[in-house]
Amino acid sequence: MGTLQSSAGHPLYTELSEKTGFSAEQIAVLHKRFKQLSHNEDILRRQHFDEIPDLSCNPIRSQITEAFFDKRNFSRSNEGKVNEIGFEEFLLVMSHFRPPSQSMTQEQRENVRREKLRFLFNMHDTDNDGTITLEEYRHVVEELLSRSGALEKETAKSIADAAMLEVASISVGHMEPDEFYEGITFEHFLKLLDGFEIESKMSIRFLNVDATTLCK
Amino acid sequence: MGRGGSVRFWIFGSMLLIGVWGQEPKSERHDEHGGGSNVSGISIVSLEWEYVEPPYLVALWILVCFLCKLVIEANHHVTEFIPESALLICSGFILGGMIWGADKVQTFRLTPYDFFHYFLPPIILDTGYSMPNKLFFTNLGGILIHAIIGTCWNAASLGLSLWGCQIGGAMGDLNVGLLQYLLFGSLIAAVDPVAVLAVFEQVHVNEVLFIMVFGESLLNDGVTVVLFNVFNAFVTLGGPRINAAEIIKGIISFFVVAFGGSLVGFVFGLLFALLSRCTKNIQIIEPGFLFILGYLAYLTAEMLSLSAILSIVFFGVCCQKYINANMDENSVRTMKCAVKVFANGAETMIFVFLGISAIDKSIWVWNTGFVLLTLLFILIYRFMGVFFLTWFMNLTRLVPIDYTDQVIMSYGGLRGAVAYGLAVMLDEAKIEEKKLMVSTTLIVVYFTVILQGVTMKPLVKWLKVKRAASAEKTLIEKVQNRAFEHILVAIEDISGQKGNNYLRNKWFKFEENWMSRILLRPSVRERQDKVFNVFHQLNLKDAMSYVVEGERRGSLEFIRNESAFVDFKKKFGEDMTMSMPDIMADMSDDRSAASSTRKESVPSVSLEVHEQAMRGTRAAEGLDSHHLLQQHLYKGRKQHRHRYSRSHFDINKDENEIQEIFQRTMKSRLESFKSGKMGVAPPKTITKHTRKEQQQKVRTAQTLTQQSVHPLEKDKIPRCLFFPNPTLHGKTLFQDFRCFTRFFRQVYNIQAVKKNLTFHFFWFQLQNKKSKSRLSGDEDFEFSEGDSASGYDTSFPVRGGYRPGAGIENPAFMPDVDLPLQIPPWLEDVDSVAPSQRAQVRLPWTPSNLRRLSPLRISTRSSDSFNLAEAPGDHQDDQLPPPPTPPPHRDGDVV
Repeated sequence: MGTLQSSAGHPLYTELSEKTGFSAEQIAVLHKRFKQLSHNEDILRRQHFDEIPDLSCNPIRSQITEAFFDKRNFSRSNEGKVNEIGFEEFLLVMSHFRPPSQSMTQEQRENVRREKLRFLFNMHDTDNDGTITLEEYRHVVEELLSRSGALEKETAKSIADAAMLEVASISVGHMEPDEFYEGITFEHFLKLLDGFEIESKMSIRFLNVDATTLCK
Repeated sequence: MGRGGSVRFWIFGSMLLIGVWGQEPKSERHDEHGGGSNVSGISIVSLEWEYVEPPYLVALWILVCFLCKLVIEANHHVTEFIPESALLICSGFILGGMIWGADKVQTFRLTPYDFFHYFLPPIILDTGYSMPNKLFFTNLGGILIHAIIGTCWNAASLGLSLWGCQIGGAMGDLNVGLLQYLLFGSLIAAVDPVAVLAVFEQVHVNEVLFIMVFGESLLNDGVTVVLFNVFNAFVTLGGPRINAAEIIKGIISFFVVAFGGSLVGFVFGLLFALLSRCTKNIQIIEPGFLFILGYLAYLTAEMLSLSAILSIVFFGVCCQKYINANMDENSVRTMKCAVKVFANGAETMIFVFLGISAIDKSIWVWNTGFVLLTLLFILIYRFMGVFFLTWFMNLTRLVPIDYTDQVIMSYGGLRGAVAYGLAVMLDEAKIEEKKLMVSTTLIVVYFTVILQGVTMKPLVKWLKVKRAASAEKTLIEKVQNRAFEHILVAIEDISGQKGNNYLRNKWFKFEENWMSRILLRPSVRERQDKVFNVFHQLNLKDAMSYVVEGERRGSLEFIRNESAFVDFKKKFGEDMTMSMPDIMADMSDDRSAASSTRKESVPSVSLEVHEQAMRGTRAAEGLDSHHLLQQHLYKGRKQHRHRYSRSHFDINKDENEIQEIFQRTMKSRLESFKSGKMGVAPPKTITKHTRKEQQQKVRTAQTLTQQSVHPLEKDKIPRCLFFPNPTLHGKTLFQDFRCFTRFFRQVYNIQAVKKNLTFHFFWFQLQNKKSKSRLSGDEDFEFSEGDSASGYDTSFPVRGGYRPGAGIENPAFMPDVDLPLQIPPWLEDVDSVAPSQRAQVRLPWTPSNLRRLSPLRISTRSSDSFNLAEAPGDHQDDQLPPPPTPPPHRDGDVV
């Protein structure tokens, strides 16, 4: 606790706190974690993520790791990938998972929801063309399902296909025979996940207390 | 009913309902029965009332209660405003009044023994078995806080306040001590699962709120039992002899009772899961294990004086996943239905008897101060407790529970039969004011169930409480959900936190690696995946839409005769969505189609059957359209067993079938599409018979009959379900087609025999999916021409199976009478296998659809094998045929 109090007044932290919405304590905790991951350097690279043991069995870890190095996730106008991120970027990506606070207005809530979904969308849309194409979607589904080993690639593929057909039918309705479904656009994506309680499904609780010692 | 022999209400002698003729022969009958030697001669008919009395009364009461429910549910306008439970209690009042009027004494009442041994277990078993596990365990922390601390708070505060009020002189001269007040507080503190479920089921609040109230009501049983026992013991001991040791023992006993009870349930659940691995050979009775083992878990816990409710809840919670996977689909469906039958029946009886018990002068002792103060305190302290505890929980909750939800949680603290049962169990020797406590409990129960129950719905509306969100129904949502789980875990890992997701992930791993391995049949394990299930359903749905598409184009117009239309939009659109959201999800393959199908009118017969079959089953496994389709489509491969066999169902199901459908459909269609170029034009062979036959026929009859068979059997289904790949025509095609013809013949046979009922049912399913358009007359004609060339008519089995006059009154069919009754040889002929070109016109979910997912395939229609395979007379383009004018005959009444 001593470290927290001393670091809470850190000017960098207050600035970051305004930017990301994290409290100074949370930032301190995350900073410590950042240092831990980067072996006390100021930048984080992909291989640092690969070193996290708990992450290694996550089927979609590559997508998640990529999300941290995706410019779209920390600055709105840019796109493309970076090879290393600083603490600020790290925090910005993390801030997508902040739970909405209780005092938000409906509009703010809607914005938060949109932000979260945008993050998710970006994760799928690897080539950043504004649509999730079948290939992209398939890729994710395959990774998601192949983990258990019970499903063959072929099946995963057809599940992705089926899902895509479903999406097509939901978002476009009846298609003329010579129409094509290009892929899921962000608008469709919003529509698709309309019934989802994103607030709880894409939020985690960031502790004020340092628990990093428990993790490797 | 499982609790046959249960309701021992006959103890007090006379009985109202059978009294009139039941009482008279009593005396002699008894003699006769006791010693047969006295009988002088053989009596031809004798009345053995004494002999059958107990079970007869039980059965009669069950019937009466069910009829009450029937009457109540007959009018939806009433149940919309007043919850069913309240109405049942009121009907109990009426019944009780009748008995009282006849006997001048209350003969029947709810005894704690019956309640705890026969009524309660099935209800709790149902809740455990159908518990949404994920939701439950996600909110377990909050539930436990409310169940343990909340209940203790309620009990203590109520007891102390009443005691205080008595000292203050608010309720006159009562001989009740502090301990007895606390005892009273403890029995009435607990929220009742039966009452809560009954009310909340009809108010569709959001699931978190529901699980908080409902979970609390289930889990606080441990607390209630302990508090009740401890205070009961204290009352027996008397104030002075209670010391710290006794109190500590009481606290320890809480943990023993609660965790011991859960453990018993857990052990039984695991046992059951293990057992279900090897019940394959006794499939017909395997659903029974659920009830027997569940009941045993309950009784065992009761025997060890542990919490029986907790035991049976955890039994259900822990075994549900494994048994549902291990057991046969039919068994699962049976269990799901049966458990609901028992639970709903027991619930009905409980409420009716709660009402009946009230009409008894001997139990009522009134003390205005006591009753009103109890009501007041219960309400106030409930609100205080919930608000305080939720505030505390919200400090750590990710998504905090807001104030409106808290109000509903507080207001939903309904008391019910458990409290009444406990009150009746009080010992009058030790507690002088037992009667007052019982009547106060009854008042509290009526107040909460009736008054709060009635006002709950308006309150929910007024506060704009978030309603239940629709369950995940689309595949993409399932997939997305899965992605969320992994993302959250990953983020927690990266940010170095050990949160809920971390723990959940660990549990899943453990579960997958150990529990599933031990408890699931190996063959089932891979089918476990939920995503897979949805996929499976989608596939079946696809298959169905093939059929529908066929139907849309022309067959079976005769079924949809206007005279049989019912207001289907209302029935289907509302009822079904309400009761079976899942089914709706199943059926709506895209939303636009769904909305149009719901408006579709359907023959009343089929509706009836349909609804019946659907009610009480869960969608995915329910007897829904998929299942039906499955059953019918695969007839060809099924062997029929003897119907009289007691140990087997009449249909021997091939284990691989499901697997097959599911592996093949999607894949195959993709495959077939890819390899389009290799597609072979279907064999075109014409037997002479056909031609001849056809010419003999009346033109209209011809078209009609064609319509009626055409789309279904031809190759829509075979192609989607049987064909791995259309390029493999030849032999496979032939065999599959044979199966198919057989199947179709069967369908038509059934139709003939059963007056179309089955058949309609079948078709009805298909129609659900149907897009609105009617088939076209002109198209038909176009067809009959094209088809006669391809030998189309030859192979259609309807005529073979159709028996004139057996059930079809449609005049359109009359011309068929002159057709041969036996299956013409050419039906079995290889040549007849030629799939109609016509049928290939456009399949609803064919590769041609997939092709639209553009980047994957650069679409040109020419690459579609189906289109290629279209041989000479390809009159089709991708356009759907124009909506047709219905053929002239179709107004004949079929049903």
